[in-house]
Amino acid sequence: MSVLVAMLTLMLLAAVMAVVSRPLLVARKPDESDTPKRSELEAEREAKYREIRDAELDYRTGKLSQEDYEAVNGALRAEAVEILNKLESSEADEVTKDDRTSEEDRGAEEDRATDPAK
Amino acid sequence: MSPARKRRVRLVVALSAAVILASALIYTSFSAASPTVTPSQLVREGIAGRTYQLTGKVKSGSVRHVGDTLYFSVQDRAGEASVPLSYTGTVPDPFREGREVIVNVEKQGDSYVGERNSLITKCPSKYTATPSKTKTY
Amino acid sequence: MSQLGGACLILALGVCVYGIGASIYGVRTGQTQWSESGRRSVYALAGILTVAFAVLELAFLRNDFSFNTVADTSSTTTPTFYKAAAVWSSQEGSLLLWAWLLSLWSTLVLFLTRKRMRDVSAYATAILLGFGGFFIALMVFYANPFGTTDPAPAEGVGLDPLLRHPSMMIHPPMLYSGYTLCIVPLAFGMGALLARKVDAEWIKATRRFAMAAWLFLGIGIMLGARWSYSELGWGGYWGWDAVENASLMPWLTATAFIHSLMIQEKRGMLKVWNVSLVLATGTLAIMGTFLVRSGILSSIHAFGGQTLGVPFVILIGVLILSSIYLVSSRRDMLRSEHRLDSLLSRESIFLANNIVLVGLCFVIFWGTYFPLISEALTGHEASVGPPWFDRYTVPLALILVLLSGIGPVIAWRRATFANARRNFVIPLSFALATLAVLLAAGVADSKPFALAMFCCAAFVLGSVGQEYWRGVRVRRAIAGEPAPLALMALVKRNRRRYGGYVVHIGIAVLFVGVAASSSFQHASELSLSPGQSTKVGAYTVRYVRPTASVTPKYDPVHTGSTLSLGAVLDVTKQGKHVTTLTPAEDFYDSGEPAQGSVAHLIGGQPVSQVGIDGGIKRDIWSAIAPNIDTPRLKRIIEIGNKTIPLVRPDEGMIAVAVMAREYMRSPPPAEFHLIVSPLVMWIWIGGAIVACGALIALWPAPSAVRARVSVRARSRAARRLARA
Repeated sequence: MSVLVAMLTLMLLAAVMAVVSRPLLVARKPDESDTPKRSELEAEREAKYREIRDAELDYRTGKLSQEDYEAVNGALRAEAVEILNKLESSEADEVTKDDRTSEEDRGAEEDRATDPAK
Repeated sequence: MSPARKRRVRLVVALSAAVILASALIYTSFSAASPTVTPSQLVREGIAGRTYQLTGKVKSGSVRHVGDTLYFSVQDRAGEASVPLSYTGTVPDPFREGREVIVNVEKQGDSYVGERNSLITKCPSKYTATPSKTKTY
Repeated sequence: MSQLGGACLILALGVCVYGIGASIYGVRTGQTQWSESGRRSVYALAGILTVAFAVLELAFLRNDFSFNTVADTSSTTTPTFYKAAAVWSSQEGSLLLWAWLLSLWSTLVLFLTRKRMRDVSAYATAILLGFGGFFIALMVFYANPFGTTDPAPAEGVGLDPLLRHPSMMIHPPMLYSGYTLCIVPLAFGMGALLARKVDAEWIKATRRFAMAAWLFLGIGIMLGARWSYSELGWGGYWGWDAVENASLMPWLTATAFIHSLMIQEKRGMLKVWNVSLVLATGTLAIMGTFLVRSGILSSIHAFGGQTLGVPFVILIGVLILSSIYLVSSRRDMLRSEHRLDSLLSRESIFLANNIVLVGLCFVIFWGTYFPLISEALTGHEASVGPPWFDRYTVPLALILVLLSGIGPVIAWRRATFANARRNFVIPLSFALATLAVLLAAGVADSKPFALAMFCCAAFVLGSVGQEYWRGVRVRRAIAGEPAPLALMALVKRNRRRYGGYVVHIGIAVLFVGVAASSSFQHASELSLSPGQSTKVGAYTVRYVRPTASVTPKYDPVHTGSTLSLGAVLDVTKQGKHVTTLTPAEDFYDSGEPAQGSVAHLIGGQPVSQVGIDGGIKRDIWSAIAPNIDTPRLKRIIEIGNKTIPLVRPDEGMIAVAVMAREYMRSPPPAEFHLIVSPLVMWIWIGGAIVACGALIALWPAPSAVRARVSVRARSRAARRLARA
């Protein structure tokens, strides 16, 4: 095996090890911005919004009668509100979890919000 | 009928239709298929009037053009038995002596007639394990 | 350098093994840093395989014949473009291409989902690495692209002339991209089942890749058909050959998957269907990859390599068994959340569509694997031919096209019957008008299926056209834009729907082309001497004169043929000149000196150069098989073989030039194959329309911004919605 090839191989090996071992060596703060529950609900919400728009388009292009549309629309919006509520409560949970770390921040925000000088 | 019952009926109907169609399909495939045979098998078991799918090698020295008809023999891949046949129709580019071919033939009396346009010549193997040939100049 | 390549493969194998272990360990113990490490090993794998692929490419471009694959498939006289593409013309090289492409797509999908679906993507990572590892192991242990011979031969065998065509070189990468892209949804499907999370997130991540797989596979299939039609001497574009079918089957299940995924997204239904379809698509893609290189079925592509058969059969067995196990053990969570509200709904049309597509796939599967099935069941091998396939696929295709016209007109959930009835008026009138016109013109008298297909296509055109028209009208009512802008805005805001409609139009156009060109074709195979003419359909074809040309062997620009014999054909219709065709047959050096010093120069496998005049209304297709076995020509070869030494190929070429002149001087009758088929061009046009529609549907919407809305703003939105 020529020296050049051996060196290239070692370099490659080193690069691979660096890439692969980085998460094991550098302890990162666990990323809580997107908990599994939240991103699942957000995906559901997007899908539901799309359904609402689709239903409206169906109605306007004449595939649904007025009453059918109102029934479907109402049902979809109720389902959407449900998802939003679930999102709210899951974020509220997170908010209480973060309370200890960001209380100061929020305190400052509220002061600013109620400042009559704004 | 309750919705649940209606759904079950629909399911049963759909499944039955699927089963019937699948059976029809399977049955006709067996009757429409032509048996795949090698030359030695064809010589041994060939029945006049039936169509077979013959696979084998084109026998060296057996290829002759007479007008629109191509005459050649198909030989066992590893053996001596061969079947002479006459063929009309498209002849694929890769066709030549020694190449592997597939052709539908009908046994008519004692001779074999190739089905029109049924001749397929296998593409020369791209993925071969044989050592490369070297050119000598 | 080959050692670098070999080392890369070993390293890659190690990375795969590590990555599988790390991902699984990470997801089972909840220590995300290990799953993260597993994900990064996919990135590393892509890097390593890129290096390996580059090493192989460079070897080809530098004519390094110490590499066995280079010596087997390339030569100094192969044009550069084909040298670069010859990398994947061998078993070993194509395995490397497959593994490399898989690593690229895996990197892409894992990067895009790096912040989401932790559990699912950890399992998916392990599965993707498993596939990568399988292919790399095949290379390391069975078919190494970096094998060498010492001392290196001075010259290579050269690329098979049949492959020296641009689309033959693009077809494998396209097809492989399609196959490997099918593995991504498979991995995520299995991952979702393993992590018990078959939900909206999974749908969102999987859909794009499934559509990309569908698009690439479709393009690969189209390119193969086009190549077959314009390069091979049989004048057809689809022969129900085992390998063609192998690529069509995963495409069909992918089509079904894309449609029924929408239903799961909206109504939480058809979950079992969807996971089964996505697993089937991946499995069929692996079976397609295997079929092409195992030679277990008699077909036009007989890529040997018997040694690869066993590992693939094991892999496919593992895939099927694990799929069945996963789906049945998770069937509780795959239960539908809702039921079908009404038969008159888009959901039920999609369901019918699913059934037809799966039915089509089953028919093709049965016919393709019938030799194996019949051998297993009856002990005798038998096979079915194109007529059997046509008998079942034609009616199914008709139903499919019809459904694609009905779907757009029906609303989701529950369509209003009166409205639906009204919405069918225009599409139906399109279809009936077409029927009337065609019957009056006497065009489609004895071809009921073609007639039916034309009417169904008109139906689709009417229904999709109506959708676009109404959509533009709605948009103008809302925003008051002029029509062209309204159209663009409409499509931009509803890409999936309107892109999908474009795809349906493309499919309808494609099938019109298929129906017309197969039912109304005029073909003729006969022998003609110069001056003779024949009638094909409405055209008269006259063999004007022969053509002959000789090319020096070492011309790097040419495809490398030595002798080309052809004809000039004059095509007229009712006395008026239509076109001139110049079909030819190219002869190549066989590389076997034993044939004789002159004989070997033209003894290689000949390639047909088809003469086509393509038009919107019809194609005129011509091929020639010139007779080089006349006594005079044979005599020239004999004399040449005896008197010209092997080591003087240029003198041998002079003999070939003498042959060419003799052929021109007294040309023997040549065999011609002439075809006039209507609307063949519509097949390619339809395919292009389908690709455009797919791109529109795939394109990410500009509003896909995941903003983090504050709690207060969210409750405001909710209250507003509830009031609306």
